[in-house]
Amino acid sequence: MNSPSRYPTRYHRYTRRETYAHWGWTILCVAIVVWAMQAMEVQWHFLADAHVQAMDLADRLWPPRWDYAPQILGPLIETVHIGTLGTMISFVLAVPVAFLAASNTTYNRISWAIGRVILVLSRSINTVIWGLLFVAIFGPGPVAGICAVAARSVGFIAKLIAEAIEEVDPGQIEAIEATGANRYQVWATAIWPQIQPALIGTTVYRWDINIRESSVLGFVGAGGIGLYLYSSINSFAWNQVLLILCAILVLVIASEFISAWVREKVT
Amino acid sequence: MNRSDAPAQAQSWRPPTIFGSYRIRRLFYWGVVLYVIATVLTLNVDGRRVMAGFSRAGDIFARMLPPDFSRWSLIWNGMMESIQIAIISTVVGIVLAIPVGLAAARNLAPKPVYLAARGFIVVGRTFHEILIAIFFVKLFGFGPLAGVLTLAFGSTTFLAKTLAEDIENMKMGPIEALRATGASFGQIVSFGVMPQVLVKQIGIYIYRLDSNLRHSTIIGIVGAGGIGTTLSASFTKYDYDFASAILLCIAALVAMGEILSDWIRRRLR
Repeated sequence: MNSPSRYPTRYHRYTRRETYAHWGWTILCVAIVVWAMQAMEVQWHFLADAHVQAMDLADRLWPPRWDYAPQILGPLIETVHIGTLGTMISFVLAVPVAFLAASNTTYNRISWAIGRVILVLSRSINTVIWGLLFVAIFGPGPVAGICAVAARSVGFIAKLIAEAIEEVDPGQIEAIEATGANRYQVWATAIWPQIQPALIGTTVYRWDINIRESSVLGFVGAGGIGLYLYSSINSFAWNQVLLILCAILVLVIASEFISAWVREKVT
Repeated sequence: MNRSDAPAQAQSWRPPTIFGSYRIRRLFYWGVVLYVIATVLTLNVDGRRVMAGFSRAGDIFARMLPPDFSRWSLIWNGMMESIQIAIISTVVGIVLAIPVGLAAARNLAPKPVYLAARGFIVVGRTFHEILIAIFFVKLFGFGPLAGVLTLAFGSTTFLAKTLAEDIENMKMGPIEALRATGASFGQIVSFGVMPQVLVKQIGIYIYRLDSNLRHSTIIGIVGAGGIGTTLSASFTKYDYDFASAILLCIAALVAMGEILSDWIRRRLR
């Protein structure tokens, strides 16, 4: 009558197999971390005097050199221009790439693959590395910075727009197709209005990232405030460094607010 | 009878615009055009140099091909160091993000703690990784340790922000039930908060590992270890075929990281 072996008397949240799987994953993760730690050959003695260095640095940073402010105003504006123009160019380039890379608007497998390759290449190379490349091409200056920002943002914007295109409501496309519209009319009247909020939101979001990115492009010679920051650091003018960092902080937080405000209005 | 006073029928229907009115929209686009003209004029873009750049680009790309993999051991070591930096910094970031994230959740932390943690997150997230890397290189010397700390700092602020948002969005029922039993803060976190946010957080950890992998390829430019050191050296030495080999390896690494993280996150769901 009573068969105690059929039903467990204790409640287990996971089956035995799930438990083993969890432990397996945990051990694997720990092993990877241990491997990484071992192979790093970290110079631990650098940690020993870090607090002395930190105090020394803090002492040198304070107070910020306010009379340097007029000199960095120009480069600060240049930083904004690099971010904004780069975003504009990348938006123009990203829309066709997005239509290629979205599986429902692309022409065939080959055009889809081309779109995807552009996405991956653009996104996997960091803005700073793009900056290195364009400084080699155009020489140092804001043009290289604008190109670097544009090259990186194309992949980002196009990827998010392509996702938005793949999620559009097919009903409207069918309706427009039923009127005998060609491919481009379908894109313009059935798809474009549907992805417009995503389009604006993504671009503004990327713009705010790009302002942040363009603050360091000067390190590789691609214009903006980074150039002044780099030379201040190299000449140990730490008071100027603090002032520039404060300026960047204000700029980035302001751009983040603007972008959040616009995205809230759009969506 | 006064029909003539009524507004004339609109000629054709136009979709509503997000600017509110078509006049504002037209003004906005004119503003954009004027802005572009003004910036191009003030940026003192040297037209001749840009033109020269296009022909130089051809030259550089010609020298990039074929990529030179003959010094593969340099690339391999740099890549391994980048991967290790990414892994360790993600782990350190996760560990540090948990207390900060708990402190930055409005529904758990008292107001002063909440404000302090939020302030830390906002300021920490403002600065680009490279700026933070410079400071850690100054504090801890050149090498991967500075890189690890840089990315750990970036990961901490990012993960703490997502954790705090997850906690703020979770259901308060289980927390209230636990509180009613007289549970301590630690018990509330481990039995009320953790089960609700863990799966989503693991997905975010994987995402962060992926993005740390990307960042670890550039912090070497300021001397914080990884493949970036080799890459920036090869660019300054005009060693373009070696640079293109490194770039291809970075692209492959990043693509692999993305595929792996997509796969894991899909399995988690």
